[in-house]
Amino acid sequence: MAHYDFQMPISEAQARQLCVNDTVSLNGTLFGIRDATYIHLFDRGRKTHFDLQGAAVIHTAPNVRKVAVSVEHPSGYEPICIGTTTSARMERFTRPLMEQYGVRITIGKGGLFAASQEAFKVLGGVYLAVVGGAAALETTWIEQIEAVDLDDLNPESLWKFRVRSFGPLLVTMDSHGGNLYTEVNEAAQEKRASVLRALGVK
Amino acid sequence: MELDYLQVEEAAKTLYIRALKLLPPDIKEGFKRLNALESHPTGKTILGTMIRNIQVAEDNTNLLCQDTGIPIYNVVVGQGIQWDGFALKAAIVKGCERATREHPLRSSVVHPITRKNEHTSCGPGIPVIHVDFSDAVHHFSIEMIPKGSGSESNSWLKMALPAEGVDVIKTFVIDCVLEAGGKTCPPTIVGVGVGGTADLCMHLSKVAATRALGTKCRDSEGARLEQELSAVVNQLGVGPQGLGGDSTAFAVHVELAATHITLNPVAVNMQCHSARRARATLSPDGFVYGY
Repeated sequence: MAHYDFQMPISEAQARQLCVNDTVSLNGTLFGIRDATYIHLFDRGRKTHFDLQGAAVIHTAPNVRKVAVSVEHPSGYEPICIGTTTSARMERFTRPLMEQYGVRITIGKGGLFAASQEAFKVLGGVYLAVVGGAAALETTWIEQIEAVDLDDLNPESLWKFRVRSFGPLLVTMDSHGGNLYTEVNEAAQEKRASVLRALGVK
Repeated sequence: MELDYLQVEEAAKTLYIRALKLLPPDIKEGFKRLNALESHPTGKTILGTMIRNIQVAEDNTNLLCQDTGIPIYNVVVGQGIQWDGFALKAAIVKGCERATREHPLRSSVVHPITRKNEHTSCGPGIPVIHVDFSDAVHHFSIEMIPKGSGSESNSWLKMALPAEGVDVIKTFVIDCVLEAGGKTCPPTIVGVGVGGTADLCMHLSKVAATRALGTKCRDSEGARLEQELSAVVNQLGVGPQGLGGDSTAFAVHVELAATHITLNPVAVNMQCHSARRARATLSPDGFVYGY
């Protein structure tokens, strides 16, 4: 169980050195993405001008305030509250995001499934868990909303955040087949019978 | 007592923002209780982060969670209140829209087919407004619940058979908790609806999931069932965020209604750990805010 401080973007080797139960903190650029952003990028043929090579994305749609463009707020948005949404709905987009845009890190809550696990293995990527519902704290790790693309989808735009010591985040799915969700789920399934017995279920 | 609809509009606005920022004391107590019992190192760390987040939200007067949810308003009207239901609903909608625009809040509400977001947190049928009645003469209250989507996405209904008895209800609840895993942002309040029609059963599960911790089902059989389920649910080991531990749920709550001789409906709806609620109660001096 090691801790890594990453300056984004990262290389394939950096992604592959991570193992389940390691922790990571990110510095630099982090992209915010979610349902509508993915649907428009991969089902409706739209493109982004952002360079996502070696990048980290987080499953989010922030609360923001529209402000005048300034040095402090170059995107014209001030962050209010930025947190994380459940990743499970976005499972089928992990692989194309990695293949077509070179993303290495997906951050979310609740985990992803087999197709993402395979993409992490083949292409060199990881899933990092952030504590869902802890958005007030998460917001303090975000310095600025640098830029925004596909903003007609607001709040489900593609957001470019600048972050400092974003984390620690827990590696819960790695490129070696490690998956903490599967481990926990299998252990929980094994307890199902004894729990039902305790409830007197025949 | 006659309702002042401008006051209601203001309360509907204030309640939405208040609910998003201040976690009720019973939920904070629930965290303390779980944290004292948590034996898994990852679970303990995650609970610590959640507890810290509650404090950061209060210190920065920020939202607890970025998910502003689907807005739900539960209104209770006493016998002595003179009111116009149409004006009441319009005032609540306006207050909800104003909270979203004036704070501002992320509008999490879209048209279900076009997916268009009006940036008001409102749309056809939304906010959800439930009106109930009380025999207390001067009572008028509005409860506001921003229902997050992570927990709402995991909702289940089973129209079981009478011959399957209570066993099918218990089994269904446990299987729902297992299927939800970390997706519902555990620790959760597991809301169970038993009986009624399909839609009533689902509604009861929501009432159960959003009830204050420490409250009991008013039906003694329902209270016994929720006690039995609460006693064992944390043995599953799903834990905070589904990453292992003893803190899978704060509690299992049951609400029930009578049902048809041929039916045995059971529904499950969950509330995430950011179990947000706020309440405004009308007094002679205006609305008083609480939980």
